[in-house]
Amino acid sequence: MLRHAGRARFWRAPLTLLLTVLLALFLLFVTLPVASLFLRISPEAFFRSLADPVVLDALVLSLATATVSTVIVVLFGTPLALVNARCDYRGREIVDTLTDLPIVLPPAVAGIALLMAFGRRGVVGQYLDGSGIPVAFTTVAVILAQVFVASPFYIRQARASFEAIDRLYEDAARTLGASPTTVALRITIPLAWSGLVSGAILSFARALGEFGATIMFAGNFQGRTQTMPLAIYTTMQGDLTAAISLAIVLVVISFAVIAAVQIVTRRNI
Amino acid sequence: MLSVHAVRQLRDFVLDITFSVRCGETLVLVGENGAGKSTVLNLISGILTPDGGEITLAGRTLFSGEKLIDVPAETRNIGHLFQSYALFPHMTVFENVAFGLRCRKVPRQEIADTVAEQLRAMNLSDLSGVNVGRLSGGQRQRVALARALVLEPELLLLDEPLAAVDMRAQAAMRRELRDRIRNAGIPCIIVTHTPRDALELGDRLCLIEEGRVAADGTPEEVLGMQENGFIASFAGPRVSERPYTPPPITGHSQGPPDSRPL
Repeated sequence: MLRHAGRARFWRAPLTLLLTVLLALFLLFVTLPVASLFLRISPEAFFRSLADPVVLDALVLSLATATVSTVIVVLFGTPLALVNARCDYRGREIVDTLTDLPIVLPPAVAGIALLMAFGRRGVVGQYLDGSGIPVAFTTVAVILAQVFVASPFYIRQARASFEAIDRLYEDAARTLGASPTTVALRITIPLAWSGLVSGAILSFARALGEFGATIMFAGNFQGRTQTMPLAIYTTMQGDLTAAISLAIVLVVISFAVIAAVQIVTRRNI
Repeated sequence: MLSVHAVRQLRDFVLDITFSVRCGETLVLVGENGAGKSTVLNLISGILTPDGGEITLAGRTLFSGEKLIDVPAETRNIGHLFQSYALFPHMTVFENVAFGLRCRKVPRQEIADTVAEQLRAMNLSDLSGVNVGRLSGGQRQRVALARALVLEPELLLLDEPLAAVDMRAQAAMRRELRDRIRNAGIPCIIVTHTPRDALELGDRLCLIEEGRVAADGTPEEVLGMQENGFIASFAGPRVSERPYTPPPITGHSQGPPDSRPL
């Protein structure tokens, strides 16, 4: 590597070494804890604990609620992102800031805020509760908490994808007779497709990992509001094997999410 | 018959143009970059809204500032070809040409027949199932023209129709384009930067300068106005004081940056 011992060359080798060490340390720091999960449990124990009702309930509930909340986020977020990407109206900046708010808001704050809004004595919750629709500490609350924290991930990505599309295609479609709805459904959304899908995947992942707002607003009831992160927290205090098994499931899902996003975004470049 | 009077505030000047085009007549618009030529097309096809004026096509009022009429672009039935053609990249040639018919809820079988016939007329039948990303400039131009003509528009607007066609194919494409326009028998407006287009395609020529019609006449008449700096550099071999820079081969609208609403 070091052919001539010039001054610059002399320093290049130690510098390369330093950077390599830093990089290796960082990678180790990220991978070691994840690897430790796999080292602490045998495959048999892992599969056995997947049959544990606590684990199974949490798995089913998490996948179901995260799916529902992703669908809600996509249904509401797509038109919102499209309007904000394409229309200039008074107050658009405010709407943008508000949709981004949950990203920076601490989950505990989100939890107590949702409780103040939809709890039994909450601003809206008191009327809902009065009409026999309890929200707090139900599965609905789990979904609301997930929608609250996960929506910005989709909306930001969707808006960026819409903005990246040349308006010329939409103009051309209009002169060919496409109504604004047809333009959106046949031109804009298909052209933004890969961005929308990766946004939805990220939003799903965030919903799946949601902990703070859920435990405060929905509680921790097995089968109803105890999602995987909550079950990890609960089982950790007694049955560590179950906690590790759940953690491994989440690790696998996380890797799948990263892979899925990369495949989706790469294919359409 | 198309008659246009349109006013719109652009970034640097007020666009204020008046002209009319008869059925079967081809009007060529020339002028410097940013003079407002593409904006004129956008105002007519409904992509942009004028601040005032009146646009009528075949007896139908498309826009009227006084009567508060503004027919949306999707119901104007105007074929508008963009400089870059704006073929939908996620569709095949067939799907691109079928797009307008699908928007009009034409039955599936009728779409298949009409599009196949149009593709045959345009010598595009072999490319029917090909994604438009794999076409040459000339093929793209023909697909864009087929996509517009299949709807039997009442007016054809062509923005730099031959700019993305490679030099060797341009003469043949120009002849082909002239025949297609003649056959369509509708008013046609062409924006161009090439004198050959103006002479061979145009029945009439308008020179646009800073949003106004500076000259209007037969191509020979207008191109003969050598005292005009733009015309001198556009048509003649004489060196002009105002150098004329040709537009880039690819790229989009030639209009000023503020010609699109946000």
